[in-house]
Amino acid sequence: MIGQLTKNERQNALAILIAMAVGGLVMTIGGRNSLLGVHGGLVLMIAVVGIFAMTATLKLPDPAEDRLNAYYDDPTKVGIIISMVWAVAGLFVGDWIAWLLVFPDLTFDAAWASFGRLRPVHTSGVIFGFGGNALIATSFYVVQRTCRARLPDQVTPWFVLFGYNLFCVIAATGYLMGVTQSKEYAEPEWYADLWLVVVWVVYFLLYLRTLSRRKEPHIYVANWYYMAFILVVAVLHIVNNLAVPVSFGSEKAYSAFSGVQDAMTQWWYGHNAVAFFLTAGFLGMLYYYLPVRAGRPIYSYRMSIISFWGITFFYMWAGSHHLHYTALPQWVQTLGMTFSVMLLVPSWASAGNALMTLNGAWDKVRDDATLRFMFVAAVFYGLSTFEGSFMAIRAVNSLSHYTDWTVGHVHAGALGWVAMITFGAIYASVPWLWKQDRMYSAKLVEVHFWLAVAGTLIYVFAMWNSGIIQGLMWRTYNDSGTLAYSFIESLVAMRPYYIARAIGGLLFLLGALVGCYNIWMTIRMAPRESAKADRPEPGAAGAPVLQPGE
Amino acid sequence: MAIEERDSHTGYLTTGHEWNGIKELNTPVPKAVYVFLIATVVFTVAYIVLMPAIPLGVTFTKGLLGLDDRREVTRAVEDAAAERAVWTKRIETGSYQDVAADPALMRSVRQTGRTLFTDNCAVCHGTDAKGGHGYPSLVSGSPLWGSDADSIAETIRVGINATHPKTRVGQMLAFGRDGILQRADVDNVLDYVLTLSGQPPVRKATPEQLAAGKATFAAQCVSCHGEDGKGKADLGAPDLTDRHWIYGGDAQSILTTIWNGRQGHMPSWEDRLSPVDRKILTLYLMDLRKSP
Ligand code: HEC
Ligand code: HEC
Repeated sequence: MIGQLTKNERQNALAILIAMAVGGLVMTIGGRNSLLGVHGGLVLMIAVVGIFAMTATLKLPDPAEDRLNAYYDDPTKVGIIISMVWAVAGLFVGDWIAWLLVFPDLTFDAAWASFGRLRPVHTSGVIFGFGGNALIATSFYVVQRTCRARLPDQVTPWFVLFGYNLFCVIAATGYLMGVTQSKEYAEPEWYADLWLVVVWVVYFLLYLRTLSRRKEPHIYVANWYYMAFILVVAVLHIVNNLAVPVSFGSEKAYSAFSGVQDAMTQWWYGHNAVAFFLTAGFLGMLYYYLPVRAGRPIYSYRMSIISFWGITFFYMWAGSHHLHYTALPQWVQTLGMTFSVMLLVPSWASAGNALMTLNGAWDKVRDDATLRFMFVAAVFYGLSTFEGSFMAIRAVNSLSHYTDWTVGHVHAGALGWVAMITFGAIYASVPWLWKQDRMYSAKLVEVHFWLAVAGTLIYVFAMWNSGIIQGLMWRTYNDSGTLAYSFIESLVAMRPYYIARAIGGLLFLLGALVGCYNIWMTIRMAPRESAKADRPEPGAAGAPVLQPGE
Repeated sequence: MAIEERDSHTGYLTTGHEWNGIKELNTPVPKAVYVFLIATVVFTVAYIVLMPAIPLGVTFTKGLLGLDDRREVTRAVEDAAAERAVWTKRIETGSYQDVAADPALMRSVRQTGRTLFTDNCAVCHGTDAKGGHGYPSLVSGSPLWGSDADSIAETIRVGINATHPKTRVGQMLAFGRDGILQRADVDNVLDYVLTLSGQPPVRKATPEQLAAGKATFAAQCVSCHGEDGKGKADLGAPDLTDRHWIYGGDAQSILTTIWNGRQGHMPSWEDRLSPVDRKILTLYLMDLRKSP
């Protein structure tokens, strides 16, 4: 793979690795009295391994010129594999802590094994590790095809992919050691945050550079969504993580915000992370893989437009619905609630657009588990956006807030929507990428599909029940005017549902393992000579041929 | 130039663009989308007019309904307190005997006491108040600090070995660790203590050893545990003759107790629970002890 890089690119990569090693060394020395130093050592180690690998290949000849006639898919391939690795790790830790809630003593008296440290490993593992890598990998794939342009160079995509994973590794190892700024979905401390800013800006520029090289007159919808994802996540990340380090030699920093402002900033971030990371990015995925796999045109271009602008506009204001009935002034809650209600319309328009696109291809949905993954994803997207708007209504929220209903809602979205569309997209692209005409086993895709659906349904139904029971127990009064149940009693009542949830999660994890095996076997199949080349420009190298559409 | 084509399945025209095979139809947005969009916008406007909504510098529009969360909550809390006052007043003013003799009041005490107890006390004493290792049962055995209502109420108010200035203080000395007794004396007294609760001694103790144990007990322990080993309520020293143990009644546990000493901590609740709530808890515990 390194052989694909030109001599020049290899030198650049080496320079970056050396800079990284120096950075790691500075962190190690500066932070020798704190956990920052441990992370410095980790960075240094990774950089040194990279430097050795890169130096060994410096003497290789330049790659053949005709590589420029094909899309650059190596980063996508690696990204998909890394994404599946994170999926298994993240889901495993998730199911682990699900059992931990059933058997609270399962921590072996070790700090790293406590719920508080493992939970962010799970959330970051699945959202950033699994979801983020899948987004980066598919965005490279999609932007090249829909722009009919190759990525502008061969170092930047690797920088983005590996840089991003370095962030994920620092985050996850940090949690286990107790490094956290206690902001949900934004737990990593200042140095990791700064690094992510660098990576993300480079990602944004790479995307823009590719778009500007496009040979299509119009920018396809999927790219609007990927762009929104990249741009807004940058803004959210920078603002919410504004903080002052205790010192440059310490891992600890204090947020620039405090009190209710801090809470509001955090949930503006948190909600829009759901909006732009977990929704916009994956809608980009859906808008490419679903029509291609179904072989159908997008149902309505006009609906794509109003949904896109509706989603980007309304989501921005909805964050305060996470803070109903708190110290947050009531007028801010009004804003969050009303915008959440309006948000339902473009959300359902998107889901509807996806489902109507399947009109004329329902036979394929029946026969092809890969397309069925995408179909179920669109259905769950519709369900969970409806549920979200519903829970944002203050009267409903007073029952649902702080209960397992919220957890169920998140997982209807995360398992039912985000993971399903990702698996669909991965099953669609793996044969394309590795030049096969199908997955190793269609049966195993089918098995994965049913494990995933069963796991999701068990999980979500368990949490709905548990959440509503909890919510009701917490607000039931007896005729003496006293709360009828103590907190402990509500815990006892939740236990059966926790067991069910952990089993649902286990099924979902097993599905992902089946997927890994299937992907691995597909990669190992002998590539087919006849697999049709997919190239930016048909015809001779360097002589762009215009498509009929132009 | 874009080339439009008609999709045979839906009959709609495409937009004429194509990306790697993906085309788009020019289907108009369904009416339902506009209807729902308008409906939600109307709802939003109405809500904004009726409820606190728009920030205006240092204040904000209060809404036509004049609703305010903080005021609502304060009022709801006051109303609930007023409703409860019907019976809580009678508990506040009545004597323990009077309340205990009133079945209607005791019904409220049982309901409310149970929630109060499980929310505040169960983490240590267990949901059934039967205690666990290190935490005494509150329903059986001879109480450490007395069984009358005033003693229990006082324990709850000030705590045991707590931070309250008037806290009850009780400590079992570390006879072995602090070198007050030699190992042989500890073994002797251990055997004697075991016989107090009708258990066999650890070893086949000779009559001399048992006598020595009894003598050590008389010299070192009776000041707190009493001549008969039945404990002293003013020092919080437990009864050693019954089968109820805080730290375990087997030889090993008792040895650990005598060697290392013990000092349980029970928080003071004066600043955390209102006088009525503490009175309810006292009544609740007395009631539990009567009918466990
Ligand atoms: C942090 C743990 C803890 C909590 C919470 C706690 N207790 Fe205790 N409590 C203890 C311990 C330990 C003792 C015994 C102290 C000793 O061994 O000297 C005790 C003793 C008592 C006693 C005296 C028992 C006797 O035999 O005289 C009463 C009464 C009591 N607790 C009531 C309560 C009530 C009522 C609550 C809730 C409002 C409560 N406790 C909450 C730890 C706790
Ligand atoms: C200064 C007073 C004091 C003296 C002297 C004293 N004790 Fe204690 N003892 C206590 C107190 C108070 C407790 C309860 C400690 C607690 O619950 O935290 C206790 C607890 C115990 C217990 C544990 C009871 C249980 O339920 O687990 C044993 C056994 C015991 N003492 C034996 C002895 C023996 C034997 C001696 C003499 C060698 C002795 N004590 C001398 C005050 C005393």
